[in-house]
Amino acid sequence: MTADVLEINDALTQYDPVLGLEVHVELNTKSKMFCGCPTEFGAPPNTQTCPVCLGLPGALPVVNAKAVESAIKIGLALNCEIAEWCRFARKNYFYPDMPKNFQTSQYDEPIAFNGWTEVVVDGETYRIEIERAHMEEDTGKSTHVGGATGRIHGASHSLVDYNRAGIPLIEIVTKTIEVPPAKAAAVARAYVSMLRDLLFALGVSDVRMDQGSLRCDANVSLKPHGSTVLGTRTETKNVNSFRSVERAVTYEITRQAAVLSSGGKVLQETRHWHEDTGITTSGREKSDADDYRYFPEPDLVPVAPSREWVEELRATLPEAPSLRRVRLQEDWGFTDLEMRDVINGNALEPIVATIELGVTPAAAKKWWLGELARSANESGQDLDALGVGPAEVAEVQKLVDDGTLNDKLARQVFEGLLAGEGTPAEIIEKRGLALVSDDSALLEAIDRAIAANPDVVEKVNSGKPAAAGALIGAVMKDMRGQADAAKVRQLLNEKLGI
Amino acid sequence: MSDLTRKTAAELAELMTSGQASSVEITQAHLDRIAAVDGAVHAFLHVDTEGALAQAKAVDDKRTAAKKSGEQLSPLAGVPLALKDVLTQEGVPTTAGSKILEGWKPPYDSTVVKRLKAAGIVILGKTNMDEFAMGSSTENSAYGTTHNPWDLARIPGGSGGGSSAAISAYEAPLAIGTDTGGSIRQPGAFTGTVGVKPTYGGTSRYGLIALASSLDTPGPCARTTLDAALLHEAIAGYDPMDSTSINQPVPAVVEAARNGDVAGLRIGVVKELGGEGYQSGVEARFHEAVELLTKLGAEVVEVSCPHFEYALPAYYLILPSEASSNLAKFDAMRYGLRVGDDGTNSAETVTSLTREAGFGAEVKRRIILGTHALSSGYYDAYYGQAQKVRTLIARDFAKAYEQVDVLVSPATPTTAFAIGDRIDDPIAMYKNDLCTIPSNLAGNAAASFPCGLADEDGLPVGFHVMAPVMRDDLLYKVGAALESALAEQWGGVLMTKAPELEVTR
Ligand SMILES: [Zn+2]
Repeated sequence: MTADVLEINDALTQYDPVLGLEVHVELNTKSKMFCGCPTEFGAPPNTQTCPVCLGLPGALPVVNAKAVESAIKIGLALNCEIAEWCRFARKNYFYPDMPKNFQTSQYDEPIAFNGWTEVVVDGETYRIEIERAHMEEDTGKSTHVGGATGRIHGASHSLVDYNRAGIPLIEIVTKTIEVPPAKAAAVARAYVSMLRDLLFALGVSDVRMDQGSLRCDANVSLKPHGSTVLGTRTETKNVNSFRSVERAVTYEITRQAAVLSSGGKVLQETRHWHEDTGITTSGREKSDADDYRYFPEPDLVPVAPSREWVEELRATLPEAPSLRRVRLQEDWGFTDLEMRDVINGNALEPIVATIELGVTPAAAKKWWLGELARSANESGQDLDALGVGPAEVAEVQKLVDDGTLNDKLARQVFEGLLAGEGTPAEIIEKRGLALVSDDSALLEAIDRAIAANPDVVEKVNSGKPAAAGALIGAVMKDMRGQADAAKVRQLLNEKLGI
Repeated sequence: MSDLTRKTAAELAELMTSGQASSVEITQAHLDRIAAVDGAVHAFLHVDTEGALAQAKAVDDKRTAAKKSGEQLSPLAGVPLALKDVLTQEGVPTTAGSKILEGWKPPYDSTVVKRLKAAGIVILGKTNMDEFAMGSSTENSAYGTTHNPWDLARIPGGSGGGSSAAISAYEAPLAIGTDTGGSIRQPGAFTGTVGVKPTYGGTSRYGLIALASSLDTPGPCARTTLDAALLHEAIAGYDPMDSTSINQPVPAVVEAARNGDVAGLRIGVVKELGGEGYQSGVEARFHEAVELLTKLGAEVVEVSCPHFEYALPAYYLILPSEASSNLAKFDAMRYGLRVGDDGTNSAETVTSLTREAGFGAEVKRRIILGTHALSSGYYDAYYGQAQKVRTLIARDFAKAYEQVDVLVSPATPTTAFAIGDRIDDPIAMYKNDLCTIPSNLAGNAAASFPCGLADEDGLPVGFHVMAPVMRDDLLYKVGAALESALAEQWGGVLMTKAPELEVTR
């Protein structure tokens, strides 16, 4: 038996990867796509349902105008054309978590089409063509009980939660992405990350990959160097973090390369991504015989957004991410290198949000690229999945600014936050981290330092005030770091009369 | 007061207004009639005795209170009605004539039912129908065939045979039907009653268990034109829950039914709907009716609608296509029948076993037909082509309405046929709806009015009127004119000629 995967470099010397990305975005509308049910995440199962989203006999859908508005905004932000007239279509297939056994979606008449966007990887800009963005409804969510894997295979029964059924989704589909082979996986990641930022800025979605409001399916195929014939592609489903997008694409490249170089054939199939082991496994085999029997949804009337409305929405769009980046870098006074670190670290939006809360750009960058990025890297999580957000960062920085904490103590507070020990105040209390601001305690420590270091005092008195630094160090050590060094210096200077 | 069941809805309303009868009395009389004759007719699948009497009592109480407060009750408040079992009524079994929904009690009211309740109309129960409204005889019901009160050996038409039989058997003065290809009008014709298919979008489909979403239309069934119009007015109008609902005022149907004046009205006889394949007695009564309208001052011309001949094949592609998708939800997972759930079978197997046991032959036939017609590689040739025919038929109508105000034809090629006669010949069965289908494909308004009995079998013949979208009032105008002219000849409406049913207890 040959190796399961090739080394990525070996794979890329023989094959060029061809990518296509399908991203599903759950909109943050108050109500569902075709009924008035609420869309809050995490409600008890089947409490946000009605005859329409349960697909009960006789119930009919009505289009959520706000969802159409969001779809148009997304289309415009991706430089798409917006359809003057388009219809919903039924995608027919059976699955227990789909109440009607068809999904109301769009087929050959998407609301937005023919767009493009750009991503930056290692300072290079890559253009990505957008095929379409269309509206559809989400399915319910199945939980398979009794099996070892949590998958349907081997389960004794399944539970279905229809709260998610009918939540508005926008599916954004790229055209074929062909970039320098070595960049493919990084571009895929950058694209999803860029989309997240864009959708966040548009305010149309919570864009939480960890909660499934942004989901990515990656289509990967390989073609031999120099060939123009496309290979068989696989579709890796539900890759749920930016990091996983890159890893999953890389894995599929190396796996398919191993199959092809040993003379095998890549199967056209759906594959599952396993976050823990970093591999994909075979799912449902797809074939050209998959037939969803699309036809125009007879229960809905066509959507025909007026040009005036489209232009009104265009006027509300936030500035393009690439322009915005240039502007922010100027505002913040970051160097190109610093800005690249921010972008590559996915820290742009958190830093923007932190600065909006009154923190200086330098301080915001320090925490997000320092403590927090390190922790995210170590735990293999995305920065926004850490559980520490701009509000916490701003709170900690405020405590630094008012002298309650110094940087060293602040890092310990972040440690506590990341470990889920509570609010900054609680952590300071529990861990006993606050700086000693009581002058008498500091003065006592200063007295001890002076008494213990007569030689240093001698030096200072003989006209070498710089030598006092050693005394400050001694006091800080005495206070186990929990003192404001500037304060110590001031008191010491008074004491020594300098 | 057994004669209460012989009254029209308008007369019953008058009796209640003048205090001569209560809704409870009227409702009870009809429940008694159902108990007496429905064993033979089998119009009802479910009789909601308690619910109906409670509703009647509530209306009577409201009327008493209204006398003091001066509040106006709705025109049909307290009048009983039979509801086709395809519309949901909260807490009342709703089967659509199918085993697969046996025992299902919907948790919500359809818009039609909401409006009936709001108008104080008392719902007696649910009427029999061909399974999922697929059929023209009620023989496809999973719960047995309904018998035609004019001749119990014959079918009452379908799919809404139960609703039309109920009113022609005097079990209810009013009924609700749904019309996808003629399911209100053809049973109306076969039972000597009035059946109206409103403009598509003129009545709400919310809560109507879908057969073909782009064709289904709820509408009124009654023994007189005025009764049909009163019921039409009670249920029609814009519904935000149905995206295909038309946001316009309801046409003045009651006024039209009260003043049936056809003087100067331009009537077009559709050339293609007659001749070969039409029973002689049907043609004879139809042409007499046309002459009668001419005498009343209508201007009658012949009009050609050349694409109507393609209506039937187009219909039998569009309907099964939509139905195959609409019926996919019946998978045993959430409601209704569940077969084979023994802890070993997969969900897929349970779905298969349930659909095998729960769907009848005609339903399976149309699911297979529709699934095939929508398949990739066939879509353009079948579904796509059928949609083009639909456009051509709509153009035929539009062109015709440039020349005339309404179009007319026989409602059906024949009178009611014998039970079992066509059950093995789907094509012969489908041809029943030759005259009625074009109006569904074009979405315009149409109705069948009684116009006499065929000489050869003594069975009722229906006169079919078609009117432009949202000109439902024109149907009633013609219907009322015909009704009063014929009543002069017959000394009453056609129903008075119906044989008396044997009463059993
Ligand atoms: Zn809902």
